[in-house]
Amino acid sequence: MIRPAPLVERALWWGPGLAIVLVLLFAPLLFTDFYLSAVITKALWLGIAAASLIFLAGYVGMISLGQVALYGVAGFTMANLVAADGGSPIAWNPWLGALVGILACTGVGLFFGAIASRSYGIYFLMITLAFAVIASLFFGQVTQLSGFGGVNNVDRPDIVSNPVTDPANLFYIALGAAAAVYLLIRYLGRTPFGLALQGIRDDPSRMRALGYNVPLLRMLAFGLGALIAALAGILSVWWNTRISPGSIDLARTLDVLIIAVIGGLYRLEGAWVGAIVFTVLDNWTRGLDVVGGRFNTVIGVIFLAIVLLSPGGLMGIWQSITDFAGRRLAGTDSAAPRPVGEKAHPS
Amino acid sequence: MNGETAAAADPAWRARLAAVPPRTLAARFLIGLVLAFVAAWVGYKAAGNPRTFVIVGLNGLTLAGLYFVVASGFTLIFGLMRVVNMAHGSLYMLAGFFALELQKRLSGDGGSGFGSSSTVGDWVIPLVVACLGVAVIGLVMQQVFLRWNQGQDLRQALITIAISIIIADQALAHFGGIAEEIAAPDVFPDSVALRIYGLTYPFFRIFVLLVAIAVGLALWAMIKRTRFGMIVRAGVDDRQMVSALGINIQLVFAGAFFLGALLAGLGGVLGGTMISVNKGNDTTYLLFSLIVVIIGGMGSLAGAAIGALALGLVDAFGDVYLPEGYTNYSVLLIFGLLVLVLAVRPLGLFGRPA
Repeated sequence: MIRPAPLVERALWWGPGLAIVLVLLFAPLLFTDFYLSAVITKALWLGIAAASLIFLAGYVGMISLGQVALYGVAGFTMANLVAADGGSPIAWNPWLGALVGILACTGVGLFFGAIASRSYGIYFLMITLAFAVIASLFFGQVTQLSGFGGVNNVDRPDIVSNPVTDPANLFYIALGAAAAVYLLIRYLGRTPFGLALQGIRDDPSRMRALGYNVPLLRMLAFGLGALIAALAGILSVWWNTRISPGSIDLARTLDVLIIAVIGGLYRLEGAWVGAIVFTVLDNWTRGLDVVGGRFNTVIGVIFLAIVLLSPGGLMGIWQSITDFAGRRLAGTDSAAPRPVGEKAHPS
Repeated sequence: MNGETAAAADPAWRARLAAVPPRTLAARFLIGLVLAFVAAWVGYKAAGNPRTFVIVGLNGLTLAGLYFVVASGFTLIFGLMRVVNMAHGSLYMLAGFFALELQKRLSGDGGSGFGSSSTVGDWVIPLVVACLGVAVIGLVMQQVFLRWNQGQDLRQALITIAISIIIADQALAHFGGIAEEIAAPDVFPDSVALRIYGLTYPFFRIFVLLVAIAVGLALWAMIKRTRFGMIVRAGVDDRQMVSALGINIQLVFAGAFFLGALLAGLGGVLGGTMISVNKGNDTTYLLFSLIVVIIGGMGSLAGAAIGALALGLVDAFGDVYLPEGYTNYSVLLIFGLLVLVLAVRPLGLFGRPA
């Protein structure tokens, strides 16, 4: 039985949501150039990477640590194809380079998905983690493509301009990409494909018995996750103007996992909520003497606390608040219908 | 699986072959082809320069020994408790730092650079202290954070990831980022003569291989022959039943976690003496442990041995035997190895469903 969510509860979701959208639309007027670029734009592309993880975790039940490695594949492919210092000497049009980077990343994702999609749960997590570390070692060793110093001064499309002196354009591009990713995943969740994926998340054997090709669907989902991660990879190279093995190493891989967990592994919005918390904290602790500038210790402790105390992350906490408020004010005690893509009992 | 039961009734190999799905058959054929090609390539290279072959082969075996010691702890913990200890590499790294620091204080010379040696006590005492130190850290981690999350494998993995992030950052703050080597005891000769082709080989690497074999045999004997091992084996199969029989399974879990962390520590000190103590070791050895158990199958001791052997040999030969100009692609070989195994056996060579 699905009851309509009480007005208060809906207001508690839509109100802050609309406020955030409004703030974002006028962000270049509200924040300094530095803050816009170093915190908000960064949160947008990190959020896209985390969204690819949350899509796989929340809709398909695949917790992948390979998303950063995949966005590295997109980033390195593009950086090698366009004019840059280091990497291969090819100099393509930046848009074409970005497109090929995205395609290459999706291809790698499908190939890797074909191998890993027969593994489940914690095995899948381990295999994708091994893939992530190997990818970063690969780009560190292969000097023809990158080498330890990475690829610098990567050529960008004219419209991206300079992300430091004129950050508004890249901000709006990242915002558009984030909105597109969000709407795409929300839409997919309602299509037969998305529903089949959620069925697989809940019970793969039953879906197999119903005649679904479970490994194929999981592979396609992983390919789609790679496509989303590729967007984050392209944006990260445009934002950084460079990419190196250090931008996709284990620490960065874990950053995206931390963002997803802090935001909430089973709610898509959590990707960007986690990302903004992460970048704000990063920016704030840099100037802070109390912790000796040890951002990683701070974020590690927060991560540990979230995992121990609220496995649903910040979005999970917000969910409990709205549930509570809705119940109190509507006078009913039935649980609110859970949004699509959220697991009732995260394992 | 259906194919096997059908084939059991008919001993003729033709019928057995027909029972194997064509896709599996094709995969097996492809893997046979790859293995044959690799064997032919290694044989061709070995015939060209047998001295290099012997040295590189020994490098691979000794690396495999080190990987086995580390991964056996990882697989022991997983096998019994279904906990993927993502902080295993961090424990390895910490043991190296602890031993190095203690050795410096004991010998009093402030710095034990590469290639120096120490007295036996200055090596053994740091070894024991570092191993016990990380074993206690592992135990505390299990008791404080993991014990009350039993059965939630993802959450436990995330907890150990969080701990590994904190350890990595704190280790960087306290020990710095410069690679150093723990000095080997001076009673060990620098190298041994091999009696073939007049070659010599570093003694300590042989020692690591011997320790690994001893560790493997001891673990095997413990699991197969002792009461503790019997409880561990029973616990792997059905921990609720074991606990219903009146055995304190929590004590066994704690003991297994202690032992697993101890093995990470032992690996850390051996590796720190054989190769180096470095801030990046946590990632590297977590990766190696993951690969070893993904290849061998989680929770299997024999699998860990096979996986370590495969990884060590591929690692050593890949750096040397790839065609000129392509040796920096050697990490792709490790990836290929992983792909090859997962394509045929998603649970690893010796893995079985939970």
